[in-house]
Amino acid sequence: MKKLLLVLASSAAAIGFATGASAQEKAKICFVYVGAKTDGGWTQAHDIGRQELETALADKIETQYLESVPEGPDAERAIERLARSGCGLIFTTSFGFMDATIKIAQKFPDVKFEHATGYKTAPNVATYNSRFYEGRYIQGQIAAKMSQKGVAGYIASFPIPEVVMGINAFVIGARSVNPDFKIKVVWANTWFDPGKEADAAKALVDQGVDILTQHTDTTAPMQVAAERGIKAFGQASDMIKAGPETQLTAIVDTWGAYYIKRTQAFLDGKWETTSSWDGLKDGILTMAPYTNMPDDVKKLAEETEAKIKSGELKPFTGPLKKQDGSEWLAAGAASDDGTLLGMNFYVEGVDDQLPK
Amino acid sequence: MRIELEKRAKVSTLFSILSPFIAFLLTIIFGGIMFALLGKNPVMALYSFFVEPLSEVWSLHELAIKAAPLILIAVGLSVCFRSNNWNIGAEGQFIMGAIAGSILPVVLYDWQSPLVLPLMMLMGMLGGALFAAIPAFLKAHMNTNEILTSLMLVYVAQLFLDWLVRGPWRNPGGMNFPETRTFAVDAILPEMIASGRTHWGFAFAIIAAVLVWFMMRYTLKGFEISVLGQSERAGRFAGFSSRRMIWFSMLLSGAFAGLAGISEVSGAIQQLRPVISPGYGFTAIIVAFLGRLNPLGIVAAGLVLALTYLGGEAAQLSIGVSEKVTRVFQGLLLFFVLSCDTLIHYRIKLVFDRLTATNSEGSR
Repeated sequence: MKKLLLVLASSAAAIGFATGASAQEKAKICFVYVGAKTDGGWTQAHDIGRQELETALADKIETQYLESVPEGPDAERAIERLARSGCGLIFTTSFGFMDATIKIAQKFPDVKFEHATGYKTAPNVATYNSRFYEGRYIQGQIAAKMSQKGVAGYIASFPIPEVVMGINAFVIGARSVNPDFKIKVVWANTWFDPGKEADAAKALVDQGVDILTQHTDTTAPMQVAAERGIKAFGQASDMIKAGPETQLTAIVDTWGAYYIKRTQAFLDGKWETTSSWDGLKDGILTMAPYTNMPDDVKKLAEETEAKIKSGELKPFTGPLKKQDGSEWLAAGAASDDGTLLGMNFYVEGVDDQLPK
Repeated sequence: MRIELEKRAKVSTLFSILSPFIAFLLTIIFGGIMFALLGKNPVMALYSFFVEPLSEVWSLHELAIKAAPLILIAVGLSVCFRSNNWNIGAEGQFIMGAIAGSILPVVLYDWQSPLVLPLMMLMGMLGGALFAAIPAFLKAHMNTNEILTSLMLVYVAQLFLDWLVRGPWRNPGGMNFPETRTFAVDAILPEMIASGRTHWGFAFAIIAAVLVWFMMRYTLKGFEISVLGQSERAGRFAGFSSRRMIWFSMLLSGAFAGLAGISEVSGAIQQLRPVISPGYGFTAIIVAFLGRLNPLGIVAAGLVLALTYLGGEAAQLSIGVSEKVTRVFQGLLLFFVLSCDTLIHYRIKLVFDRLTATNSEGSR
């Protein structure tokens, strides 16, 4: 037994050295995923970005990833394993990896880290995020045009600033078209649970909403909307296949451009820590084709998208009131990023109490 | 024709000892075939699964961290299972222990003293034990099925933790994210040796295993546990109370699970989150049986199972197989261990028709 192990070990070590030598010429860029890379939503969008990166810089880099890594001590081990295996730049793609990323980064000062959606940085840890709310504003406008009843349903995940920001952007967009527009919110308390998401969707439809939007990862709400004959918006990936006659548009996460940009900087030796928060104009999110709507609505959506890209329109611009009627932003004043990133209040028009 | 299992008259001692090794060998052979079918080099795959994680110091530390809660919980469960009490709710007791132990660093976060850590550990044990007391009481006095009650209480514990970290215990400086404040230095279980992250939770697991092994082997209590487990009636004649045994075994396993919970939170996570366990309480049931309900066997079983987790990650990186392969591998291992054990105690018999079946019945 011992001898056998020894033989196995030495032959495998030989193979290991062989691949190690060829890998040295290429930089290793690594990814840590919280879900399976085929989840149809969040993680899949990151994996598509990784594949684009690999295609774009094929002669200079190779990529590796660990999928379905639970947050907590397992994440620390996974990140450390990548750092030790020779990765030069590591992208950790879930909010819950934040503290683990910071801890391991301290141990490996020569390795660069990029953490998605967090707020802690270090000399070798950058953060990156996407201005999803820009897409939500466009969705709000479409919803207000398309809804007969003036009420949309919103399936939310967790009451964190990013999600609250999305709800508010949707309402602000809708009210720019129909000042009486309202939304109802259901908190699913999960990112990924087809059963719960479908239940939330059914509950909202039963309450009389005729447009659905979601900040969760599966296509279940889209399917419910299709069954009940109402319209809906997709999330993270284009969900048109789940609702060919239902999806109006979807916010599609397109991380590839960012991954290529940062990896290029890393290869050029110009990588520096940043807190990047890109939007529609940078191509980090794109809108799926505007479908199942009349031409005038489509035209409005396209115009709004163009205005956001050019910087002419900022969704969080006054006059805006908070839910309780108190003034938030005066006419023409735009919110600063700090307020958005810590957002824990609703604007007018949300028919819900923020969970405390 | 049907297949029957017939009890062997005599169990071979040699094969009882060899069986885990045969099972391991079969796992390796079939695992190798699986990798070959996936188009991967089987030698390289098995190397990254079983050898690579053991070849580096940091990785050994990770192994200890992963194995510690599994061993600690499984040792407690072994006492339960030996005495014929089926505590399936260790996951819930793990969580309640973590919550009870976290009262000090979360609610009384200002109080810093060397006393904090020992008190946290005690409160963790108490929390786990008290939560296990519910199914114990229901079984001892209401004759309720403890498998159901202990299992259902897992969901109660999970939802209670979820409510706490989103509500009253949410970190005021945490931007509304569902997590408590991070523990102060005084509330963090220190690392055992300087070379890596292994914290004292691993020591607790080993100490618990040795203590329970000693108790089972050399004390009257251990004898009482075995007797009551094998035959309650015989136990009663010997003057043992099965009701007291329900309380003893459930409280003990609850306390161990609670200690595992607070050790994990204090040593590895350092705050409470909506989810603090990837199912340790359930995996520990497998560990307990892989270790044949023997505390020292459980230490080995816990390490082997932890190794498959680490090996799965190593294999993802070095040969690019999906993490699902890890699960398949664990399944293979468990299947072969259980089937080898079964074949030691039973032999397979093909029964061709009713006549021969009656005949064999008669000749027995």
